[in-house]
Amino acid sequence: MTGAQIAARAAGNAVIPRAAGGHRAFAALFRALMYGAIGVSALALVTLLYDVARDGLPKLSVDFLTSFPSRILPQTSGIQSAIYGTLWLMVVTAAIVVPLGIATALYLEEYADRRKWWNRFVEVNIQNLAAVPSVVYGILGLAFIVRGPLSLGRTVLAGGITLALLVLPVVIIVAREAIRAVPPSIREASLALGATQWQTIWKQVLPGSIAGIATGVILALSRAIGETAPLLVIGAAVNPRFNPDGLGSAFTALPIQIFAWTQDPNRDFVDLAAAAILVMMVVLLLMNSVAIFLRNRYEQKW
Amino acid sequence: MTEQRREAASAVEPAPAPAPGARPAPRDVIFDVDGINVHYGPHRAIRDVTLDVHLNEITALIGPSGCGKSTFIRCLNRMNDLIPSARVDGRVLYHGEDLYGAEIDPVQVRKRIGMVFQKPNPFPKSIYDNIAFGPRVIGMKGDTDEIVESALRRGALWDEVKDRLDANAFGMSGGQQQRLCIARALATDPDVLLMDEPCSALDPISTGRIEDLMIELKQDYSIVIVTHNMQQAARVSGMTAFFTVELHDEGRSRTGAVVEYGETDKIFTNPDDKRTEDYVTGKFG
Repeated sequence: MTGAQIAARAAGNAVIPRAAGGHRAFAALFRALMYGAIGVSALALVTLLYDVARDGLPKLSVDFLTSFPSRILPQTSGIQSAIYGTLWLMVVTAAIVVPLGIATALYLEEYADRRKWWNRFVEVNIQNLAAVPSVVYGILGLAFIVRGPLSLGRTVLAGGITLALLVLPVVIIVAREAIRAVPPSIREASLALGATQWQTIWKQVLPGSIAGIATGVILALSRAIGETAPLLVIGAAVNPRFNPDGLGSAFTALPIQIFAWTQDPNRDFVDLAAAAILVMMVVLLLMNSVAIFLRNRYEQKW
Repeated sequence: MTEQRREAASAVEPAPAPAPGARPAPRDVIFDVDGINVHYGPHRAIRDVTLDVHLNEITALIGPSGCGKSTFIRCLNRMNDLIPSARVDGRVLYHGEDLYGAEIDPVQVRKRIGMVFQKPNPFPKSIYDNIAFGPRVIGMKGDTDEIVESALRRGALWDEVKDRLDANAFGMSGGQQQRLCIARALATDPDVLLMDEPCSALDPISTGRIEDLMIELKQDYSIVIVTHNMQQAARVSGMTAFFTVELHDEGRSRTGAVVEYGETDKIFTNPDDKRTEDYVTGKFG
């Protein structure tokens, strides 16, 4: 014990100074504020869910899922074409974004020399693109894909490409993180055995990062599913009574159908929007659950 | 095994005529390193390293931290090529062939020269697949089961793991993992084993087993080992190189260089250089 401690003891004082009351009050206040913040967001979510469920649940039925939308009769109206449209969009988007996103991430992580300005330029741009509002991608899609150089028209393919461009930066960023999580020592071990760089990537780096990449892709797709603005801008069909029959077909999607119904003056159609929102939320929850499952089950612990 | 080894050794071209002086006969030299300098960007990591690594010998590289031992050992299988800013000047002859020659593919170099790292780095796969990876990627002929068993036997690991070859290598102890990494490096039938502080993450018992293993492997392989443990160098190696750090620009820049290279007995009992003596007797470093 130091002299001060001995003196404190002799005087009957505590050796360890007690916390001042002010500190404790501050800690309690801060904790209350944080609980309050959580409460506000939780309350907002619950209110929203309740509101949607109250209007939408009574309208949910198998017929609702399997019927085409009607302009006149809310009771026979459904979301079959919207579900098929969303599925088509997802397939096209995934087919574009998976190879492109992983290849870009592999290039940036495994091949790009960061001392070269163009590699840094690409990196910074991808970060920036991830923050661009989605409607801007819609305008881009309209000008370059629907019209302009590609002139694909208001088709599934045009919608899929637009959504792929929208989520590509997110996929690249997530895939890069997953690839970076593979320790350099694994690459060294592989290369030291006489494996080529490509063998090392294909047999060690990709298997070691695929769970993280898959998780990122699913989360990105679930973002794409909910996007309304870019599809509105490029001109998705409203209330089509047909499913897409190919890449060149007109299409609608769940968020577009929801948007159309919420604009309807007839209150019954607005309730259908609530029912469609419930369907979409179930799909989103399922996708996110799969992503979480993949991450917990297959992610490599190093 | 030994026969394969001899065939491999006889297949390469004979080394050029020996340089004058006290160098051993050319047949016995596996690496003839001449004036190697390594730069990382503008920084010089090692300076003018010249030494001969002998065939079927354990060569230890000792010296304080940051003296470039690891940088040097990575020149011998061109691992420094993987660092974009690294530049290697000078000459490394391997069986008389220039390792840094324009027509030499570093991938081919690494097939012949295996490496074991400081921290055990098994792949997140089964024990079997860890061993089989190397032979598979280099397209080795022969029965994979036999190759795996033979490598695990040479790595003194077979009896411990023969009943659980499908178990994930991450479930092994650190010492077992490191012997797995040694066995993995042996599976591709290299000529040389480079070991970069292979025991620094292991307990004394595991370290002892790896040292025993090294002495066994010396029959068939040439081994170069970087170690911080001077007793280890004294126990296992026949030749020892003592590296030191030279400080420049008031300590802002450090360059490694070889102070003394010779038979381990001489380096540890009767070194020529005062700095070597201070280091091996524990006065410094």
